Amino acid sequence: MPNVSFKTLDKVAGPLIFVKGVDNAAYGEMVEIKLENGERRQGQVLDTSQGLAVVQVFGQTLGLNTTGTSTTFLGETATLSVSDEMLGRVFDGLGNPKDNGPKIVSKEKFDLVGSSINPYSREEPSEFIQTGMSNIDGMNTLVRGQKLPIFSASGLPHNQLASQIARQAQVLGTEENFSVVFAAIGITSEEANFFIKQFEESGSLERTALFLNLSSDPSMERILTPRLALTTAEFLAYEREQHVLVILTDMTNYCEALREISAAREEVPGRRGYPGYLYTDLASIYERAGKIKGRKGSVTQLPILTMPADDITHPIPDLTGYITEGQIVMNRELHRANIQPPVDVLTSLSRLMNQGIGEGRTREDHRQLADQLYAAYAQGKDARALAAIVGEGALSDLDRKFLIVANDFEKKFVHQGPNENRSIEQTLSLGWDLLAGLSETELTRIKPEFIAKYAKKTSTGGTNKSE
Amino acid sequence: MADAIISRITGPVVVAKDIEGAHMFDVVRIGEMGLMGEIIRLEGNTAQIQVYEDTTGLKPGEKVINTNRPLSLQLGPGLLTSIYDGIQRPLDVLAAESGDFISRGKIIPALDQKKKWEFIPVKKNGDQVSPGEIIAEVQETPLIKHKIMVPYNVSGELVDISEGQFTVNDKIAAVKNSKTTDIGLSSWWTVRTPRPVLRKLPPDQPLLTGQRVLDTFFPVAKGGSAAIPGPFGSGKTVTQQQLAKWADSEIIVYIGCGERGNEMCEVLTQFPELIDPKSKRPLMERTILVANTSNMPVAAREASIYTGITMGEYYRDMGYGVALMADSTSRWAEALREISGRLEEMPGEEGYPAYLGRRLAEFYERGGRSIVISPEEREGSLSLVGAVSPPGGDFSEPVSQNTLRVTRVFWGLDANLANRRHFPAINWLTSYSLYMDDMADWYKSNVSKDWIDLRKEALEILQKESELQEIVQLVGYDALPEPEKGILDTARSIREDYLQQSAFDEVDTYTSIQKQHKMLSTILEFGRKEADVIKKGSTSAKVGALESRGMIPKMKWTKEEELEKLLNDINSKMKQEFDSLSKESSN
Repeated sequence: MPNVSFKTLDKVAGPLIFVKGVDNAAYGEMVEIKLENGERRQGQVLDTSQGLAVVQVFGQTLGLNTTGTSTTFLGETATLSVSDEMLGRVFDGLGNPKDNGPKIVSKEKFDLVGSSINPYSREEPSEFIQTGMSNIDGMNTLVRGQKLPIFSASGLPHNQLASQIARQAQVLGTEENFSVVFAAIGITSEEANFFIKQFEESGSLERTALFLNLSSDPSMERILTPRLALTTAEFLAYEREQHVLVILTDMTNYCEALREISAAREEVPGRRGYPGYLYTDLASIYERAGKIKGRKGSVTQLPILTMPADDITHPIPDLTGYITEGQIVMNRELHRANIQPPVDVLTSLSRLMNQGIGEGRTREDHRQLADQLYAAYAQGKDARALAAIVGEGALSDLDRKFLIVANDFEKKFVHQGPNENRSIEQTLSLGWDLLAGLSETELTRIKPEFIAKYAKKTSTGGTNKSE
Repeated sequence: MADAIISRITGPVVVAKDIEGAHMFDVVRIGEMGLMGEIIRLEGNTAQIQVYEDTTGLKPGEKVINTNRPLSLQLGPGLLTSIYDGIQRPLDVLAAESGDFISRGKIIPALDQKKKWEFIPVKKNGDQVSPGEIIAEVQETPLIKHKIMVPYNVSGELVDISEGQFTVNDKIAAVKNSKTTDIGLSSWWTVRTPRPVLRKLPPDQPLLTGQRVLDTFFPVAKGGSAAIPGPFGSGKTVTQQQLAKWADSEIIVYIGCGERGNEMCEVLTQFPELIDPKSKRPLMERTILVANTSNMPVAAREASIYTGITMGEYYRDMGYGVALMADSTSRWAEALREISGRLEEMPGEEGYPAYLGRRLAEFYERGGRSIVISPEEREGSLSLVGAVSPPGGDFSEPVSQNTLRVTRVFWGLDANLANRRHFPAINWLTSYSLYMDDMADWYKSNVSKDWIDLRKEALEILQKESELQEIVQLVGYDALPEPEKGILDTARSIREDYLQQSAFDEVDTYTSIQKQHKMLSTILEFGRKEADVIKKGSTSAKVGALESRGMIPKMKWTKEEELEKLLNDINSKMKQEFDSLSKESSN
């Protein structure tokens, strides 16, 4: 319904406006809303029937009234003009320039809600990304085209972790176009400035497109912000052959905005008041990561979300975990123990790890070494819990050995400086160092041939075989 | 008759008015784009329609055309090796026609309409045929012969049977009775109607999977149903994929229902490369994939499990053993919930519609080992394995609970086991299989007489271990008496050297039931010998240091043909070492 205007509104409720007399507004059509004072805002059709359209307003509803606010139905669904010029620029949560630069004018307009990639056309992600962080590279490897969220909580240094990954990430043996799309969804200006400063310092700002919806900005914009970022990323990846890392922070704010709309529409709520379609909606964001056969670029996603009250079973982390290919979980206890980054390796996971590691990618022993470290760390943590009750002296010799492995694992393997960039060889070697105190029969996860080839001698005369 | 038009659009649900003569579940084409949808509620001349495609851009006033036919599948040669979306559109053809992103309003036939199949009749003109009778065969893939059957409710004299090359739409024979019915190379079936069988058989044979924890402890029967619930990251998908790769059924239907695109892509890349262990042919030649990823339309996700099971039933009717994996039924239930919410129905538990339990039960009831409709009482089976993804790993939620009510095997995945990378992370204390008694005879005659006892012994040791663990938590390991330490040693060996199984290791990924028997016997034998020497005064630490103890973990990495040699080595070493231990202790 191109450019048909209506002079009044029927009703304003929360972030929604109801326009009567509209006969054929398209589902998902963009709407321009003009206030009495001439101010313009954007909206989108959420529910349309003959005679009534329900429009969601991106931005505040402050100043809207039913008699003097006019709406124009623009006849097109949400699109974004995209171009190479977007790198190095800063936009607001609706995609308008925020840095006094010119508006992006381009013939290339992309649908904001992208069609889903045909699973048949996807290429299996398998290129190992070396992030230089032992806990990720060694234990929960990231690969190109993966979506790996960081599950954090308030007060934990997830921003440092994300920025360190963005700074250090590289695919070994390649010099390819790499760019970053950063979407701030309802975070504070301080957090946003932290990221901008990090990008500046590492010299990657001119390869970065930023979309900023800060906590002071209207919450309804947050529905669009991640989609703007991903549309830009898809353009850069599939049309410009770039390898794009997308950082979305904080997805919890996105989900809250979604809940606000759902409540305003008086929908039947699912768990904790979030709409029943939260899974589907989140999937429409997260699933826009990947690689496509025959195209060079890739979209890798690093969403960050804060778990309300550190609760991993809360619907937001829960549904996210069911869609994403793993998760990196931050832990408050480790943070208190001053392990930086405080990543809880046991609850973290990378589902695509197996495709990215092994002979020809990282090293043949990587999988089994990681499994052994997991098992040893888990057993060591059990021993620690036991020691808290019965005292360390009452532990069996075996438990004591595993306790040492667990302690070292946290202090030497997980812990690393914010500027420390470890190669994969360093990480694996560090792993074998930790296992040096265990005897060969305790290394049940590793094939004997790898033990023979890679195991380290201990200074205390451990029973491990020599190299 | 006035044209039906759209009167309202809200997400995946569209309301059409002035739609006359419509029936429930009729398929309609919506709007200028011709999107596909299905009528799910009727009020007078107004129909509510769930749309299988994204509705963005649809406008009220656009036309709606009723095809007057419920959602149906074309069944015929060419199903195997295919990959479909939730409404049986081949994704490879869709990609070739409309690019890397899924476009809307495309009608693509499920089967290759041009390909000619070599058609070999097994009946001749003049033969009397009855419903379900096989009249011809088509070599669909090198592994599978596709059987052409007489439709239900048709019998009489076979006439006009042809021979040679035909496409799926050609008529290849007719049956003459009071009227003449044509038989084509393919047939149609509505997805929401189960294909009937003559009668169901008791589940007395196991569906072997090569996965030790499943085959040994919690086996599912051929034609049985299993639920595999678990929180994210606990290995549901890997377990499902292992089943698809290794289960000893002739046909595999794998439904990726609302799951990850990259994971589906992994299935798509791996399956064609996988070689069937028995026939040495690509696994894909006996597999049908249905992929509806989480970001594809929810209504099609709802339909996908029916699409999958209808194809499964079709091959069961030919007399094959079919295994169907649905990953994950929770996503299907969520699709149901989403549509129900858009219809503004009164919700039941946690917003799920009140009919969730009934729909799940109906689905699982479509499985079974049966005598299918045929004059020769042909036998076929359809085994169902449904993954469930309970929110927060909490099994008390409605989808898990309703599934457990209708399935007889429960493979409970455990986040704690997964966190310590004990895979498959199937908890041996909470899981169960109610088929064990029905299948005891099979194990006795096909594996070994002592199989049932060995299994029981192993489970008892694991049960005992969990009790002892609680004591250890209180008093410390050192305070345990030696015999109890011995039990812990054996339990640990069962867990680490037997139950843990790597899906990614060439040898360990599959273990035959015979090898399982040998491995378990050896581990338990070692445990008995240990208990014995401890009784004579030896200690768990001394036994732990034995060379033969170090050899036990090697069993799972050893190829089946080299196993005999290793076992001989272990046994002789074990005998020798325990003999000397026992002498040393009694001195």
